Amino acid sequence: MMGTVTRQRIAAALALAVLAGAAVTFPLVFSSPATTNYGVYALIFVTAVSAWNVFSGFSGYISLGQAVFFGSGAYAVGIAARDWHVSGVAVFGLLPLGAAVGAAIAVPFGLVALRVRRHTFIVITIAVFFIFQLMAYNLSSFTGGSVGVSAPFLPWTATTFNERFYYIALACAVVMIVIAAGVRRSRFGLQLRAIRDDEDRARGLGVHAMRVKLAAFALSAAVTGLVGGVWFLYLTQVQPPSGFDPLFDLSVVLMAFFGGVGTISGPVLGALIIEPAQLYLTATYTNGYISEIMLGALFLAVVLFMPRGIIPTAGEWITRLRTRGRPAVPAAAAAAAPQSAGKAAAGDTA
Amino acid sequence: MTGPGTAARPVLTIDNLVAGYGGGDVLRGVHLDVAEGGITCVVGPNGAGKSTLMAAISGLLRPRLGSIMLAGENLAGRSPRQILRLGVVHVPQNHSLFRDMTVTENIELGGYTLADRATRARRMAAVFEVFPQIAGWARQKAGSLSGGQQRLVEFARALMLEPRLLLLDEPSMGLAPRVLRDVFGAIRQMNQAGTTILLVEQNARAGLRLSSHGVVMENGQVRLSGSGREVLENPEIGALYLGGAV
Repeated sequence: MMGTVTRQRIAAALALAVLAGAAVTFPLVFSSPATTNYGVYALIFVTAVSAWNVFSGFSGYISLGQAVFFGSGAYAVGIAARDWHVSGVAVFGLLPLGAAVGAAIAVPFGLVALRVRRHTFIVITIAVFFIFQLMAYNLSSFTGGSVGVSAPFLPWTATTFNERFYYIALACAVVMIVIAAGVRRSRFGLQLRAIRDDEDRARGLGVHAMRVKLAAFALSAAVTGLVGGVWFLYLTQVQPPSGFDPLFDLSVVLMAFFGGVGTISGPVLGALIIEPAQLYLTATYTNGYISEIMLGALFLAVVLFMPRGIIPTAGEWITRLRTRGRPAVPAAAAAAAPQSAGKAAAGDTA
Repeated sequence: MTGPGTAARPVLTIDNLVAGYGGGDVLRGVHLDVAEGGITCVVGPNGAGKSTLMAAISGLLRPRLGSIMLAGENLAGRSPRQILRLGVVHVPQNHSLFRDMTVTENIELGGYTLADRATRARRMAAVFEVFPQIAGWARQKAGSLSGGQQRLVEFARALMLEPRLLLLDEPSMGLAPRVLRDVFGAIRQMNQAGTTILLVEQNARAGLRLSSHGVVMENGQVRLSGSGREVLENPEIGALYLGGAV
């Protein structure tokens, strides 16, 4: 038994090392800006989807308003750079502002929206999203209206521009994945999952549900705001329909569901598969709706055939393959296990 | 065995408790003592107010009148979280585990209000000492356990707070007779480990046999109280509530 666990850990560590190596060397091997562009977008979405998952995936509160934080982060960085006359690479120093703005919006947003559950929560997040999009259009003296805001010029060549943004996006993604894994294993994560399973029972055990949900919502919003800032600097501009894009929310949710909601690797896998596919379809087919139609079709296929996503479904298949032909271990057998064995195991658990 | 409130110090004293849902009163002036270190079993016909009594003690239902004194503190009007912090842990009638979490995670959540990691680890070890059989299922998802096993894990989770008073609301509900023995055995184990228990039980005979004190409720009031044996052997009560003479 221990041997199997050790083998699994070694295999996981090796896979992780290979993935890390591939991620680091990707822009060196595929240096064409067209290819690194895919990498930058994919990593931005890895961060955004993982951030969404830390709140929605762990707590069960499905948010369709993440674009509020993404767009606000982008606008915050753009407006600050414009009004404070920040230029050159110093503009990256404004990224924490994007995070702070995201978190600052999440607190009042969450205080209202997190009082309700399930469908009502989803509807409220959509409503808030449209309020922010309308504000971006109408507060034109601040947001630039439909013209939007442009980013300061970065003195980089086309190749180095994409390459540097690739590594910035990779750093964001790695930090977010580490945060997500930390949250998953922490008491905070345990509370979030308890809320997802049954909020009333969690409250009954003394969990401060509102506080925990709000903290996760703000954390998720902060990271989304920060990565919105990165996206803005990469794209060099933001307008209301691009900053506050309903397709962004749908894509984030689809990527998480596709990979496996509530897992660490699922959202990463979902973003790495879907975002480049979406970019490829948009670039290949002149009809801009093709990618959206296929996105919708994929969503239906996921819901029908893999409602739990790739990672959990693959896990089930692997377990089934491993245990095929073996007799099922009845739970009663474990219950009847000698007490001494139980005591020995108790030490491990504690 | 002594009668309630006569020898053992009461850990909980309920006085003239009135509570109910909507406009009506379910509890109509309940007086009750729960002796420290014992098992007090509340029996009575359906609608007598047994589960309502549990809800009122644990703060899920706000009393309209009366007091619920736990070692000098009045619980009436406090929130479930405050009452939990005072050491009253309620294991509800229906299964209450988080089905998608492992057994260990479920038990850990029982100690959620404990800030100190070392204390949590010590309590966890102590819980597994009381219920060593649970260690065998520690990594299983709670939803994959049988009804009886889930009950034991619920008990273990409740013990994480080293409760001053453990409220068990019909722990035998929906369980097969063979499993019942294990569940009642577990209740005895917890009591022997020092936990004071207030038990509401439909299976009145089994509940009273297990208990040091018995209370019979009828129409939202305490009809009779005494030692578990006294209540069990009372011919009137036997005929009324226990299905004939015992």
